[in-house]
Amino acid sequence: MSEMNQMPASADRRRFIGAASVTVAGLTIAPGVMLYEVAHGKAEADAVTSKVRWGMLVDSTKCATGCDDCVTACSTENGWEPVAESKHPTQAPQWIRKLELQDPLTQVTTNLPMMCQHCAEPPCVDVCPTGASFKRADGIVLVDRHICIGCRYCMMACPYKARSLVHEPLNDTQKPDVPRGVGCVESCTFCVQKVDRGDGTTACVEACTAAGHNALLFGDMNDPESEIAKQLRAMPTKQVRADLNLNLGVRYHGI
Amino acid sequence: MRHRLGRLFLLLSALFAFIGFTPVYAGAPKAVIEEPVKGERCVEDEDYMRRNHMELLKHHRDETVHAGVRTKKYSLKECINCHAGKQTGSVTAAKENFCVSCHSYAAVKIDCFDCHSSKPQASAMKHPLTAEGAHLNHQMATQRGGNVSVQDLAGVAK
Amino acid sequence: MASITFREVQGESLKYWALLGGIGVFVVFGLLAYLYMHHHGHVVTGMNNQIVWGIPHVFAVFLIVAASGALNVASIASVFNKPMYKPLAPLSAILALALMAGGLLVLVLDLGRSDRLIVAMTHFNFMSMFTWNVFLYSGFFGLVGIYLWTMLDRNVKSYSKAAGTAAFIWRLILTTGTGSLFGFLIARALYGTSMLAPMFIIMSFAYGLAIYLLVLMAAYAWTGRELGDAVLMRLKSLLAVFVAAVLYFVVVYHLTNLYFAKMGGVEAFILLNGDIYPMLFWVGQILLGGVAPLLILLTGLGKQRAWIVAACLLIVVGGVTQMYVTIIGAQAWPLDMFPAMKVSSTFYDGVINSYTPSVPEWFLGLGGLAIALLMTTFAVKVLRLLPESLDDATVAKLEH
Repeated sequence: MSEMNQMPASADRRRFIGAASVTVAGLTIAPGVMLYEVAHGKAEADAVTSKVRWGMLVDSTKCATGCDDCVTACSTENGWEPVAESKHPTQAPQWIRKLELQDPLTQVTTNLPMMCQHCAEPPCVDVCPTGASFKRADGIVLVDRHICIGCRYCMMACPYKARSLVHEPLNDTQKPDVPRGVGCVESCTFCVQKVDRGDGTTACVEACTAAGHNALLFGDMNDPESEIAKQLRAMPTKQVRADLNLNLGVRYHGI
Repeated sequence: MRHRLGRLFLLLSALFAFIGFTPVYAGAPKAVIEEPVKGERCVEDEDYMRRNHMELLKHHRDETVHAGVRTKKYSLKECINCHAGKQTGSVTAAKENFCVSCHSYAAVKIDCFDCHSSKPQASAMKHPLTAEGAHLNHQMATQRGGNVSVQDLAGVAK
Repeated sequence: MASITFREVQGESLKYWALLGGIGVFVVFGLLAYLYMHHHGHVVTGMNNQIVWGIPHVFAVFLIVAASGALNVASIASVFNKPMYKPLAPLSAILALALMAGGLLVLVLDLGRSDRLIVAMTHFNFMSMFTWNVFLYSGFFGLVGIYLWTMLDRNVKSYSKAAGTAAFIWRLILTTGTGSLFGFLIARALYGTSMLAPMFIIMSFAYGLAIYLLVLMAAYAWTGRELGDAVLMRLKSLLAVFVAAVLYFVVVYHLTNLYFAKMGGVEAFILLNGDIYPMLFWVGQILLGGVAPLLILLTGLGKQRAWIVAACLLIVVGGVTQMYVTIIGAQAWPLDMFPAMKVSSTFYDGVINSYTPSVPEWFLGLGGLAIALLMTTFAVKVLRLLPESLDDATVAKLEH
């Protein structure tokens, strides 16, 4: 504390400095754990562990046609251009998109958001030649863009079309929290920048909840007391392409 | 033989004197590096940083990306927060900006900023109600003097 | 091989320099295409987030597969001890090296971050076929290089059989790996099958020998050296066998798929009504690449050189088409995330993906082929790869 280095001239100053130091010190309960952090947040210096498994629950019965709040929130948070504004829509990255399913027999439609499913057995991780596509200990599947060579093999391998290649230079339009660049492959990160800060949620879930739809839920699937774990026990859920046996981090209700 | 050596010696001295006193050589351009905007002290000593900043960045990036370790000390974002240029708000936009000044002088190409934003999180300041802005506010508050108000705390608690 | 004299091609005529120059133009355009693509990003190509691998990969995989197959002639000589093939072996080895170099160059230059090649060679993920490829391809260059050395340097000639066997086994593993690149992908309807690895092996036999024959006939015709019918007829009959085998694999692959109801959609797409793929498949791959060459090679037409050249060219065209259908056709068909449901989205789910190759991609692909031909044309001038004469009398002496 720099205050300690100076010799205070008067008693008043001494008291003020003492009180200020105690306040700040009092905020620290233990090294690295600050009073003001969220219950599930981890300390900055701690590595993530597999004690936590981040997952998402999508209730497609609450998902409306034409609503894309989750998509807008993701593109705002992570800094990718919404596809409607792109000059090259087939080459535009889309981390999350709304799917509309229709049963050909009954014409019944279902809506749901589709993003990286954060598989526990990711095919993209298997095929990446440099190990840039990897699964973090807490279950989030990410691309280490420092070693991604842009071979796009992971894009060939993903059964959910989750990955996008950045086709053109981004010219410093990136968000400081979300580095992304030309020639590298990217996909939904479960807003890892928010998760690591202790926000405990992702941009899409935040937006869906804030708008009152409540179709999305994010949390720690390993914690039996978490909201998502309770909901997963309360209602039947499925994995998309469950036959592939990838043990997904995203579960759907209503498909 | 002695004459030859003597003449050679004279020639070489003249050559070195010429080189030594030529304005072109003596006035070799040096990199113009902008002073940091915020903060008093860098992460480590200047000498250490000049020689080893690439090692710090390279090792800590793996810890950050693969293990989620996001300490502030070696964070690239924190470097940019302090070192972004006053006029351009960036570390690479103009040729005297922090990163690009030395790197273009030394002709060492870096591709950090193909992906990383060269600007600090200024945008978050405009929206104090976002988690990002609230955290930043708190950080600035602790830097200001250590007396964190209840309002500040309430602003960041979820 | 005391009776066979190998001699460098003189390579001083105007025609030789014109040939080098002509191929060189394609190499230059390939390089320019690469620089353009690297500078602007893949936005200038026809590849997108739906069709992820395009014309460069079609050419690259074709060249790599052909490279492996081009080594066949040398393998038959050293590994299977057929004396008639021994004088043909050095050209086979150099062609294998050249085609592999051309194919790899295209593959590597198409990377989104081709400046990170060092990363690819220092960071490995041994679950990935691509990582294995780094070692398989380097090993191929090493082993075939050593094999070529044993053929050219009399001091190490006794190691020729060992080197040849090693190279032969290595290239079988390599081509199995190339086929498995696709065979290991469960995500796409047309991949995820063990058929692809052996199919690639047999395709390598056909493409490699077709290109070898073309280069052999061109080299001998343009240098005025004699190429007898004994050699030519043997090689062309072998080629016919390989082409028939490729057709067999294609038939079995599609027939099996057609038996499954769930594959009905994608098979109809490739065989009946999907975009350009039925035309490419039936006309390009089957008719021009398979049936027509067989008709030529197995009938009296096959005794005439011009027809053999035509058959080989058709096989090459059919091969590139087959690669196009295999690589791009499989990506054009949408992923089946919700079987039996109609899917639509802003990310082109549930729709047939269209692909228009861009000019830089064509030049990059052709540039790879050009590099291979340039290397071969240069190599026959500086190394003693081609026998002075392969007329029937010389060859007959080898048999005894």
